[in-house]
Amino acid sequence: MTFIYLVIFGFLATAVLGLVASWIDRKVTARVQYRVGPPFLQPLIDLVKLLGKETLIPEGASKTTFLLAPVIGISGVIVVSTIFWVNQFFGAGFDGDWIVCIYLLTIPSLSLILAGFASANPLASLGASREMKLVLAYELPFILAVLVPVIQTHIQSDSWSASIRLGGILAAQQTGIFAGSISGILALIVVIMCVQAKLALVPFDIPEAETEIVEGPIVEYSGPSLAIFKLMKNMLLFVLPFFMMILFFGGIRLDGINILWSILEYVGIVAIICVIRNTNPRVRIDQAVRFFWGPMTVIAALAVILAMNGL
Amino acid sequence: MGKTVIPIGPYHPLQEEPEFFTLTVDGETVIDIDVRIGYNHRGIEKLSESRVFENSTFLVERICGICSTSHPYAYTRAVEDIFPMEVPIRAKFIRTIIAEGERIHSHLLWLGLAGHFLGYNTVYMWAWKLREEILDVMEILSGNRNNYAMFKPGGVRRDINAEDIPICLKKIDSIVPTLVMLKMAVLDDPVLHARLKGVGVMSYQEAIDFSALGPTSRASGVARDVRKDSPYGAYDELDWDMIVTENGDVFDKAVIRILEMFESIKITKYCLEHLPDGPIDANIKDVPVGEGIGHIEAPRGETFHYVKSDGTNRPVRHKVRAPTFMNLPTYKATVKGQTISDATIILAAIDPCYCCTERVAVKNEKGVRLYNGQDLVRLCREKTDRMRKGMAPK
Repeated sequence: MTFIYLVIFGFLATAVLGLVASWIDRKVTARVQYRVGPPFLQPLIDLVKLLGKETLIPEGASKTTFLLAPVIGISGVIVVSTIFWVNQFFGAGFDGDWIVCIYLLTIPSLSLILAGFASANPLASLGASREMKLVLAYELPFILAVLVPVIQTHIQSDSWSASIRLGGILAAQQTGIFAGSISGILALIVVIMCVQAKLALVPFDIPEAETEIVEGPIVEYSGPSLAIFKLMKNMLLFVLPFFMMILFFGGIRLDGINILWSILEYVGIVAIICVIRNTNPRVRIDQAVRFFWGPMTVIAALAVILAMNGL
Repeated sequence: MGKTVIPIGPYHPLQEEPEFFTLTVDGETVIDIDVRIGYNHRGIEKLSESRVFENSTFLVERICGICSTSHPYAYTRAVEDIFPMEVPIRAKFIRTIIAEGERIHSHLLWLGLAGHFLGYNTVYMWAWKLREEILDVMEILSGNRNNYAMFKPGGVRRDINAEDIPICLKKIDSIVPTLVMLKMAVLDDPVLHARLKGVGVMSYQEAIDFSALGPTSRASGVARDVRKDSPYGAYDELDWDMIVTENGDVFDKAVIRILEMFESIKITKYCLEHLPDGPIDANIKDVPVGEGIGHIEAPRGETFHYVKSDGTNRPVRHKVRAPTFMNLPTYKATVKGQTISDATIILAAIDPCYCCTERVAVKNEKGVRLYNGQDLVRLCREKTDRMRKGMAPK
């Protein structure tokens, strides 16, 4: 059963939905920019094409780490998405899986840092050090903001074991979603900005900054290893909005009209991410750190305080 | 992190042409920069000496695809300066229309690229979409989108048809609202302010010291524009403003270019509406012995051409100096002390055009210069001789 969860849901379903999300992102971007945009299968075609290319390992690179980094990254995403799926549809979470998810969601960033430093390339190590600074910047407001649903669940159910459990958070939203409360909205805003940084999209694509450091940590990657990184990014584009839906919108519902709502919510989140990325220039790393430690942390802390007061 | 060298180039997504910057960085801060050009050297000046005066116009047109009017314009003015002679007034107006159209599309191109370098691809696509309209206007007027082939010493090669003028005016008018929107999107964006203001500042004195040209110097408060200082074409026939700002940062350079587009639209529209009648070509015959200089305000600054004639039908010496050649050294003043993220946009802020600027120097590994200009000419001639004798390597 674990195998089915991991492979069918954790990997296959997430990958397919991630590729769809990536197509939505590319299509919306193209339409915003007066372009036509790629056909529906383009993300898959890109991936297959990359799989057929040669993997080059740069001279002086640490070979094992270099090749292991994308695998570590994608494993993290697969495991975390499996936890989301089983909580959502099989009620099979465990106490504290919320904490595990927070940890697992940093694995992709860590794998990029590993990849960057293993590449023996000045641009890659620069990208990796930027990624490191960015992780330090957004993790604090991110954790504060995702604490809000936990607090709200605790207030409703009066049990900590239920509230640090994704299943418990989902159950608590049967009566009303958390995004409907003031603290929920504030936390959602913070989470969206943090997700933007987690996905390394403009304005927080500082670690990859194509025109500055040529995709940063993954500059040396090619062929299947690059394909894995790209797939990881695409899967994150599904996993992170899914996480947001579980925490703030009561997850994906499959009963009656709610299917439509779930799809709309999901597409809406992806569209917001996409619009933010198309209406902003890239900021500098110091500006990003100041942004996350300043206003975002304040808003997140405010949301936590409001949530503790039951708002 | 200690001192690291970050290479930008010779091939890098930041730049569309081959050139090489070595940024010496301490962490994220740039402490020194070295610029290398010469990857694109084509020996245009030498080639020009083997063309007749008329054909050199088309040769210099191909120095750069974006400045494809600036170089012929400066060159034809240089040739006309040898006589000296006056160009018919209608030809002057047509030349001005083409030159200003080029300025609009060049500035739009820069705006798009600047957006792209900042990761703001929407601005990139919008600016280039808008640029298409201007290219359409140029196509209607000259038959070509980029290399217009409109110039010849003594006048222009093609007349503007009266029935084309309303179509062009309509097209130019149609881009104004979008341009205004783009202007507001760029100049009122708080994130862009945060990214560009106070970045890559060049002071007034530095602009003077480095002899910066065009928008690069006007952003630092240096009120210099060939169109105003030594008017040519139709620029003294109409009323337009030179845009000058004080801060000298990247933001001001963007402001200059965006506002100049509106001035260019004004000039183009005036010239199209008031196009005088008359001949378009002075039909010059033989170019007398002598030297001439021609300088015009290209989108990037002053383009300068020097032509020497010995009374034959070819120039004996043709010297080109494009504005980027003067603007490149300003990097020493603007990039140092900035972060790598800012360095890329500062590098782009002078609107560099490397193919205009290429120079070549032959040095040995100790850095001693092996050949001067005369030697290179001698080598060229020897090669031609070998070719004539059928000895050149295949």
